[in-house]
Amino acid sequence: MSEALINLFYLLAAVLFIFGLKGMTHPRTAVRGNLLGALGMLIAIVVTLLDRRIVSFEVIVAGFVVGALAGAVMAYKAPMTAMPQVVAIFNGFGGGASALAVGAALEEALKGGFVEEISVQFTVAAAMSGLIGAVSFTGSGIAFGKLQGLIAEKPVLLPGRHAMNALLLMVCLALSGWLVAQPDSSLAFWALCGFAALLGIMLVIPIGGADMPVVIALLNSYSGLAAAGHGWVLNNSVLIIAGSLVGAAGFILTAIMSKAMNRSLPNIIFAGVGAEVSTAGAADEVYANVKSTSPEEVAMMLDVARRVIVVPGYGMAVAQAQYAIRDLCDLLAERGVEVEFAIHPVAGRMPGHMNVLLAEAQIPYDALKDLEEINPTFAQADVVLVVGANDVVNPLAREADPSIPIAGMPILDVDYARSVVIVKRSLSPGFAGIPNPLFAADNALMLFGDAEEVARDLLAALKEV
Amino acid sequence: MEVFVAVLTIFVLSLFVGFEIIQKVPPLLHTPLMSGANAISGITLVGTLVTSGAQLTTFTTILGFIAVAMATANVVGGFLVTHRMLEMFRQDGGRRK
Repeated sequence: MSEALINLFYLLAAVLFIFGLKGMTHPRTAVRGNLLGALGMLIAIVVTLLDRRIVSFEVIVAGFVVGALAGAVMAYKAPMTAMPQVVAIFNGFGGGASALAVGAALEEALKGGFVEEISVQFTVAAAMSGLIGAVSFTGSGIAFGKLQGLIAEKPVLLPGRHAMNALLLMVCLALSGWLVAQPDSSLAFWALCGFAALLGIMLVIPIGGADMPVVIALLNSYSGLAAAGHGWVLNNSVLIIAGSLVGAAGFILTAIMSKAMNRSLPNIIFAGVGAEVSTAGAADEVYANVKSTSPEEVAMMLDVARRVIVVPGYGMAVAQAQYAIRDLCDLLAERGVEVEFAIHPVAGRMPGHMNVLLAEAQIPYDALKDLEEINPTFAQADVVLVVGANDVVNPLAREADPSIPIAGMPILDVDYARSVVIVKRSLSPGFAGIPNPLFAADNALMLFGDAEEVARDLLAALKEV
Repeated sequence: MEVFVAVLTIFVLSLFVGFEIIQKVPPLLHTPLMSGANAISGITLVGTLVTSGAQLTTFTTILGFIAVAMATANVVGGFLVTHRMLEMFRQDGGRRK
């Protein structure tokens, strides 16, 4: 197949990718969009397999089989609550694959195969791919470990870490410079990958669980850029287009999420949230007047309510309470109560994570309202059920005090409702590590327990009323 | 040099397309979006095929094999998991509200 024809097919694949991502603008078109993207990928792969330089397919097929099995098993066996770490690990694979593939291309070029001379474009792109790919690989691995609970979730702040990271980056850049200036050995490249891998670990380990959504979005962007760099090395148009698309998409999503938390991106990446002492007040003082309640009492409140808003949080995900909540809301709806869900942009471990969990429980997506839509309506709500959410409903965020980790972050104004019932296992803090004055508010009641069990108890109690 | 500029052009334009598309995705779908975009970044698979198939040296073939396996996991897993998430948004078609 001539190169022009191959590139035409690559263009077709790229167009399909664009349509694929565009499909994500609405649930109706999203499934089809994803399938179009997959089709584009298939076309790109098949067309490449027709390349005359490929002498044998055994290794390729072996790689396909191993990878496909691993991918499919992880995709289907992981519970929905583990989606963030699944995306993290696939992302890491992609970044690592780019770095390795570029290294292999470099080795081939050094042996005199496939390129006439190793151009500056080649080496610069190779260095970029190796650096970004390796950072993405280990960074994603750490993100996976933290989300899976294999590594401490709290930020691990090593002394002098900023200096260390700056030093590592300098080393990487120096090695890149060496590779470009003297492209006669691959040593610089592999050393670069090694140091970049270390940098990846150092960059992600100080970041706490609450900031993981932003980190994953950013790492996603990095893998895209690594793939684009890979494309620059091989002069492959579909790699460049698709890689840049994903690089840009990931970056925009990162920006959106940072804005939702009202923190600047450098702040999230370079600061270790939750490890500094803040003036948020000692928990004992804040919680002196906390009132707790029982499922029966809450059921009575729900019985006379006309508008109920549910605020899901990570606690609901952990307890896998989404089905119980759905049953509870179905019962309320049967009784003519208007039920809506308030989804904070950073609730859960990934953007839109709550939406996915609630959709899994078959709660219709038009009952899910985002922050701007639902905030003005809390004043007309009779009962707000906060299920496993904490920081996103913490009124301390309204303070301008910079020592409060969540200061300035837009929150859900649940305290404006008539009554707030907070379902939580204990008074322990959320990821920001600070107490939540909402729990002690006059119109707030704590319903202690596991979200799933509490929801079931509420359901039973409501049936009795 | 011309090749470089052509490649640079594609890169820059693709960045703009990426920015534009993502602006319109609702927060509801941000998780499948991340997953779907992640699957597409598995395009790097295309770049690994020639290396592992050309079998220039043992070292490059081994590197190629690992890269193919990792990239395939990214692609297959990515599209499957995105599909799985999106299917859930379809089922509520007939429910109340």
